[in-house]
Amino acid sequence: MKTRAECVVIGGGVIGTAIAYYLARAGLTDCVVLESSYLASGATGRCGGGIRQQWSTEANTKLAIESVKAFRGLEEELERDIEFLQGGYLVLAYTDDDVEQFEKNVTLQRGLGLDVETLSPSEITSRVVPHLNTDGVRMATYCADDASANPFLTTQAYADAARRLGVEIELFTPVRRILTEGGRVTGVETSRGTISAPIVVNAAGSHSIPLARTAGVELPIAPYRREILVTEPLERFFHPMIISFSFGIYFRQVKHGAVIGGFGDPDEPPGFNETSSLGFLTTMSRKLAHLMPRLRSVKIVRQWAGLYDITPDAQPILGEVDEVGGFFQANGFSGHGFMIAPKVAMLVAQDVRGETPDLDIERLHPRRFAGGKITQDRSVV
Amino acid sequence: MRDDVVICRCEDVTYGDIVRAISGGLSTTEEIKRILRCGMGPCQGRTCSRLIARIIASETGATIDDVEFPVVRPPTMPVEIGVMADEHHED
Ligand SMILES: Cc1cc2nc3c(=O)[nH]c(=O)nc-3n(C[C@H](O)[C@H](O)[C@H](O)COP(=O)(O)OP(=O)(O)OC[C@H]3O[C@@H](n4cnc5c(N)ncnc54)[C@H](O)[C@@H]3O)c2cc1C
Ligand code: FES
Repeated sequence: MKTRAECVVIGGGVIGTAIAYYLARAGLTDCVVLESSYLASGATGRCGGGIRQQWSTEANTKLAIESVKAFRGLEEELERDIEFLQGGYLVLAYTDDDVEQFEKNVTLQRGLGLDVETLSPSEITSRVVPHLNTDGVRMATYCADDASANPFLTTQAYADAARRLGVEIELFTPVRRILTEGGRVTGVETSRGTISAPIVVNAAGSHSIPLARTAGVELPIAPYRREILVTEPLERFFHPMIISFSFGIYFRQVKHGAVIGGFGDPDEPPGFNETSSLGFLTTMSRKLAHLMPRLRSVKIVRQWAGLYDITPDAQPILGEVDEVGGFFQANGFSGHGFMIAPKVAMLVAQDVRGETPDLDIERLHPRRFAGGKITQDRSVV
Repeated sequence: MRDDVVICRCEDVTYGDIVRAISGGLSTTEEIKRILRCGMGPCQGRTCSRLIARIIASETGATIDDVEFPVVRPPTMPVEIGVMADEHHED
């Protein structure tokens, strides 16, 4: 392992590996990624792989639109199949609040150039998902360009491409402490020794919180367990990711045929709990059986859980903290870090290299929480 | 063993696939499972996990006791959505 590098990236999830790749692509190859376990062992490898551009804040929508553009060319650029598929996203409205919010969302999204339609319940079944039970559904928004990809393969692709450019990736190497001196970062202490570096990027998912604390930085992020399950593979019978905020669900059919999905329990207490529960299995089964009756005879083969790293406005924290020079954050993804990973990582790489990011990320800077009013994204599932 | 011998029957992963993944830098059953899907099929690795661990051991020169088995995820047996949906649960 190197003892000195120009840049250390903490975390071998999709964010950390993508940042390392874009840094190296721009010429900063003296970079080390430190991962406490194996690649994608955190939230990334536990996620649903959904890529949605239909958001309710400008920042999230723009990041997602730009990321879809990047995802489209990623397989060619990284020389690996990542199972990218534009199957669309169907967002179901059940309540007055939903309908009102969706109207605002569509205006904002169209203003940013997104091709999104509103569908009546009968249009949903005649045009998009014939087998969906639309009882109680008021309307839906549908964006055919929304997509999905395989998170393991995406992370592995970024990591391999970064390695080819000279980046070193150290697995099973947890960072214990961020080292600082006189208000600047000087490196990290790992289980295998110290690496000195003038720049450290904290992309450790929910574990970014205790790591930042070792440098005296308090991040306004709380970890929440989110559970998810997968069925046996089936022949493809629907294409989009189907989600609803008020009904509480997201599910899609992955490339190899299995249905994967989950929902966020609003009563879940914050914490680093990653165990699976029987309550989730039964509630999720009921939701799936209701929305898609033909799934009743389908078998669930596996369930697991991962952490959402949630910020007060459900938008990520990006940028160099004011308290410690050279210490950059790329965390707080609030349950949608996979879909925006390409663009976020490009912007962080530009920021780290001292360039002006080509999309304004000032409003995602950690200092936004220091008093001013925040706008929460309401489209988190 | 021949390259095209199927090690994971559920997901159709061969000996050659696994050896190539190991020479590409993967060294644990968890990593191999995530990239190749072996162990993620309906039997959840009951049939193939031991074989995969043995291939890792022989390719990396470790002993089989040093190779960790993948985490077993619930439910322990595949269960129908309809059966779970009709289950009473205490709120
Ligand atoms: C159930 C579930 C479903 C989801 N569905 C979606 C979805 O459909 N679409 C979407 O866009 N997003 C989804 N997400 C969110 C998405 O998974 C995350 O936002 C994204 O993967 C974040 O990536 P990351 O690299 O920041 O974090 P992680 O993948 O958590 O990576 C952080 C890495 O840092 C490592 N690490 C931690 N501490 C240390 C340390 N001290 N030293 C070294 N390394 C360390 C961890 O092992 C981990 O590998 C979902 C999340 C969950 C839990
Ligand atoms: S044989 Fe590998 S999962 Fe069943």
